[in-house]
Amino acid sequence: MDKEFLEHGLNMNRRKFLSRLSLGLGSVALGSLLIPDLLSGGSDAEEMGFPPGIPHFAPKAKRVIYLFQNGAPSQLESFDYKPMLRQMMGQELPASVRRGQRLTGMTSGQSSFPLVGSFYDFKQYGQARAWISDLFPYTAKVVDDICIIRSMFTEAINHDPALTFFQTGAQQGNRPSMGAWLSYGLGSENKNLPAFCVLLSRGRGNGQGVYSKLWTNGFLDSIHQGVQFSSGESPVLYLNNPPGMDSTGRRKMLDKLAELNDMSYKEFGDPEISTKIRQYEMAYRMQTAVPDITDLSKESDDIIKLYGPNCLVPGTFASNCLLARKLSENGVRFVQLYHQGWDQHGNLPNEMAGQARDVDQASAALITDLKQRGLLDETLVIWGGEFGRTNYCQGKMTAENYGRDHHPRCFSVWMAGGGVKPGVVYGETDDFGYNIVKDPVHVHDFQATVLHLLGLNHEKLVFKHLGRRYRLTDVAGKVVDNLIA
Amino acid sequence: MLHLPRLAFAAACILTITACHQRNRHEEAGKLKLPEEVDYNFHIRPILSDKCFTCHGPDANKREAGLRLDIGDSAFKALRETPGAFAFVPGKPHQSEVYRRITTSDTSQRMPPVGSNLRLTEHEIALIGKWIQQGAKYKPHWAFVPPKSTAPPKVSNEKWPHNDIDRFILQGMDNAGLQPNPEADRERLLKRLCLDLTGLPPTVEMMDRFLADSNPDAYEKMVDTLLAMPQYGEKMAVHWMDVARYADSHGYQDDNYRSQWPWRDWVIHAFNVNMPYDRFVTWQLAGDLMPNATREQLLATGFNRNHKITEEGGVIDEEYRVEYVSDRTNTFGKAFLGVTIECAHCHDHKYDPFSQKEYYQLYAFFNSVKEVGLQSTVGGPETYAKKPYTEISNEEVKDVLSFINKPDTNRLIVSVMGDLDTARKSYILTRGVYDAHGAEVVPGTPRSILSFNYAPNRLGLAQWLFSERNPLTARVFVNRMWQEVFGKGIVKTSGDFGMQGELPSHPALLDWLAVDFMQHGWDIKRLMKQLVTSATYRQSAVVSKEKMQADPDNVWLSRAPRFRLPAEFVRDLVLSSSGLLVKKIGGPSVKPYQPKGLWELATSGRGILARYQQDHGESLYRRGLYTFIKRTVPPPSQMIFDGSNRDQCEVKRLTTNTPLQALVMLNDPQVLEASRVLAAKLLQDNAEPVGQAFRMIVCRRPNAKELALLQEYYKTQQAHFREQPAEAGKILAAGEYPLPENADKPAIAALMQVVTTIYNLEETLSKS
Repeated sequence: MDKEFLEHGLNMNRRKFLSRLSLGLGSVALGSLLIPDLLSGGSDAEEMGFPPGIPHFAPKAKRVIYLFQNGAPSQLESFDYKPMLRQMMGQELPASVRRGQRLTGMTSGQSSFPLVGSFYDFKQYGQARAWISDLFPYTAKVVDDICIIRSMFTEAINHDPALTFFQTGAQQGNRPSMGAWLSYGLGSENKNLPAFCVLLSRGRGNGQGVYSKLWTNGFLDSIHQGVQFSSGESPVLYLNNPPGMDSTGRRKMLDKLAELNDMSYKEFGDPEISTKIRQYEMAYRMQTAVPDITDLSKESDDIIKLYGPNCLVPGTFASNCLLARKLSENGVRFVQLYHQGWDQHGNLPNEMAGQARDVDQASAALITDLKQRGLLDETLVIWGGEFGRTNYCQGKMTAENYGRDHHPRCFSVWMAGGGVKPGVVYGETDDFGYNIVKDPVHVHDFQATVLHLLGLNHEKLVFKHLGRRYRLTDVAGKVVDNLIA
Repeated sequence: MLHLPRLAFAAACILTITACHQRNRHEEAGKLKLPEEVDYNFHIRPILSDKCFTCHGPDANKREAGLRLDIGDSAFKALRETPGAFAFVPGKPHQSEVYRRITTSDTSQRMPPVGSNLRLTEHEIALIGKWIQQGAKYKPHWAFVPPKSTAPPKVSNEKWPHNDIDRFILQGMDNAGLQPNPEADRERLLKRLCLDLTGLPPTVEMMDRFLADSNPDAYEKMVDTLLAMPQYGEKMAVHWMDVARYADSHGYQDDNYRSQWPWRDWVIHAFNVNMPYDRFVTWQLAGDLMPNATREQLLATGFNRNHKITEEGGVIDEEYRVEYVSDRTNTFGKAFLGVTIECAHCHDHKYDPFSQKEYYQLYAFFNSVKEVGLQSTVGGPETYAKKPYTEISNEEVKDVLSFINKPDTNRLIVSVMGDLDTARKSYILTRGVYDAHGAEVVPGTPRSILSFNYAPNRLGLAQWLFSERNPLTARVFVNRMWQEVFGKGIVKTSGDFGMQGELPSHPALLDWLAVDFMQHGWDIKRLMKQLVTSATYRQSAVVSKEKMQADPDNVWLSRAPRFRLPAEFVRDLVLSSSGLLVKKIGGPSVKPYQPKGLWELATSGRGILARYQQDHGESLYRRGLYTFIKRTVPPPSQMIFDGSNRDQCEVKRLTTNTPLQALVMLNDPQVLEASRVLAAKLLQDNAEPVGQAFRMIVCRRPNAKELALLQEYYKTQQAHFREQPAEAGKILAAGEYPLPENADKPAIAALMQVVTTIYNLEETLSKS
């Protein structure tokens, strides 16, 4: 089945549906945002005369929470244990290992590439006896719930293109991001919230920015665009009605507005007008739903303890993890977190410890929390950055201090829940931690696998734009069957 | 889970139906008219590229049967795997293996192979057949061949065209079997025109005057009036500020203040005096190198210093200097040539014929600036511009630089261009790495565009750019002006005229416009006038079901495009129609209302922009283009409406339609304040406040239904606020503009809700 044809059909139906119901829209569910979830009952949708968002086959996961570690955390101080690097500390990276790997602007000027081992110790945990560094004690505790992939690789070597590649399947251009593709492919489970939400936080480590193009809808309908959220007083910019305007008053105004816009739609026939009507309804529903969901003050002490005290400080990673759980639990299809500060070209031991402290407890807490709510099975959680870091030192190397440059050839991410094999370590790198020796996973393979877990065939989730059929996985990608439970 | 099979079955049925529907459409497409002359660039390459090149294209690793079809020489060779056969035999489709394989009913032979999920339509097959028949001529990429003007075509309806643009457009409609829409009604036409030429809605007086003027030349007179208004320059400057990545901060992590705004004042001035495009750009590229350069020419070169500049201590100086030079090079490519030259920064371009060497030859023009990567870290006024800079004296502002709106007598410096006495050596940078010097290069330009025979400096580069043999300069600019007016360019990818870019929808029109523009002295106002006086432009924007189906993207322009205003003009419309707008031109950028804490959350804590200090009084009511742009935290309401963050040269904005835009229009204090102020004013001096508000904002009289609905709403709101006077007091607190004394607060509050509703109408913020 071809998703583009389906979408076309849906649009036609939506349009018809709108023109029938656009008077007094108040409580009526509209548009692709509202396509109810297939498995939780599609009867409303059937009655309304259009099909629900249809996966290509039975999905394992319904939702995704992606804990993106922006800046690229070092795999060598986290999940890829390489004792030999300590033994060879200061020795030159053999050319036979480097094999012509290009260098970034930051180390290409170096005349020497001294190997450097992890400043931090590793221990083995869980049924898979997975090696995890001492920087991630909480993650170590949930090791039997996660699947560590040590053999990820990418094509890009700088942050902007690498991030863009991970999120959109291409290094350049305004392609839709993963969340937008899922919103397009599956619709939303909650009529009051966007299908795709974005949460930002920043650690103290050397940071690289994030850019709104990372959560763009690209050429898909703008309804699939990621909406930025934050915890705190104004969770979404301009969300609150002004003093003197309550929700009844707002509702009245919006009813008038919808009637007037509908007249305009009848005159012009421009589908952008009906989109506009939908967007106002969405805005209204967000006004009531969002403050409720983003209010973390009602969380129990146990939860606060689980995520750590920082989860009550708006804008922290911990607070965003808790918020992500709440959004996801309420049916947001894709919650995208970005935590900045992982770009340790220098001062790595110190900065990485701070970064890990910021994210370790809350990341693990999210797994535990989802599990105790029975949601982990249907929620796919992903943790990782845009590439890895070099096994040799960038800049000055001392016993306590060193830096690592960008390394696209291997790095580690972990996934949990949503049909992923738990308690597994997948893939292997050489003793230098430089090249993959077993089970490589390309970014497109990773994306194909994520879509597969959500019941979508990455080769069939296509959208034709400017004469070309686009996919999240561009022209490549293979589902990694061995990752799937 | 139980009902899954049933649903899946239902889905399968629906898909079958849509699939059949699609097939029918393909068959209909098969009856499309074939062009008289089939062209490789326009008709054939897109098909081959989409359906064949994956296996028979440039990528040697993926090539099947040793056959490549993207190059004529190899497509005409004897086939390796089918002895005696040739892929294309010019003039003889039936002897051409390609044609045989795309038409065969033998599925084991058919191309594209069944397993590829690709299929040629009847129309595509017919095109390929006719192209072979006509000699299977391969051609160089269209955009690198200089434009040639063809005579405007004869059309089906000789009465319709107002000018020659319309002949080309109507020809397109004729071929697609479409008829033009009737002319838009005069009210809507006037709104459209005013927005396109000044970025402001018409005033009630303008509407009255225009509606009352029954002379046949009323419209043209209005065009001339608008082109002569100083607001024209402001309107045109917005796009140019995106192109020039203008901002009020240096960017990068500390992101402190820079005082580059006098350059922006010059841009407004240049558009207003209708400086020809060649001069406008030459001054910006090379004003400092002109013989006896004037102060104005020097100021214009600020264009090439608008890029981000680091103030982070400890960076590698050369790395950033190289970054600035690259930014100028990339900007030159995108802004003036409409090509993605930056792709050749690290390696030869993957699609276009630009070598990495040529990238660095172009780079060499911009590599001799008397600058360093890190001149100073965050500091006082001496860091607000970076060397080379020029100081603008108070005397000059009264005299030769009188267009600069300098509000005080403080020292004012602006970054401008200035080269070293001896040019810096330039090298190919291996993999784009700043210090990986490869072979030395001398200034030059991509040969596939046009060879370079001028002085090896920026002035020579400007001459090359404006050579009448340069195939890109005029096309790229007229296309962007077309985009400004019609929402998308004749080449939709206005920043990419290369191989990966879209083909022009109306190639002959694009060339005709480009040649005409050059022949008439690169006259921008004349070009704008041509566009807005065309019958194409003056059509109504109504889209019938039939047209929606036949041409959903409005490629053939059988209706006027409808689209939302760009961010700055949303603000302008609100301020202007409410009467709050302060029509001062130029000056330092201003800081209007903005949600609390945004700058504070993102700052490093250093510099005068660590905290957002909102302005007061007049500065709250300036046009959108004067809103302060801090690069790392650009103004949120503008960003929500797809404004540029000015990170890089940008030639085309997205136009999204999101719930956040609804929230801005409903809750931004700027909109609420404007609603309140307009409501108070209307209650003071108007007997029909609802109808008048509608007219001032939507720029037409409401129809009876609209008026009745709004009046009913007004009445209920009056009752509401009379009952709840305290609520009226609260809602009137929006904004800092004073309320009239002894105001009837419930009445104003009630009318204010009506006005806010009108501001939120889809039509209000649309060109329709």
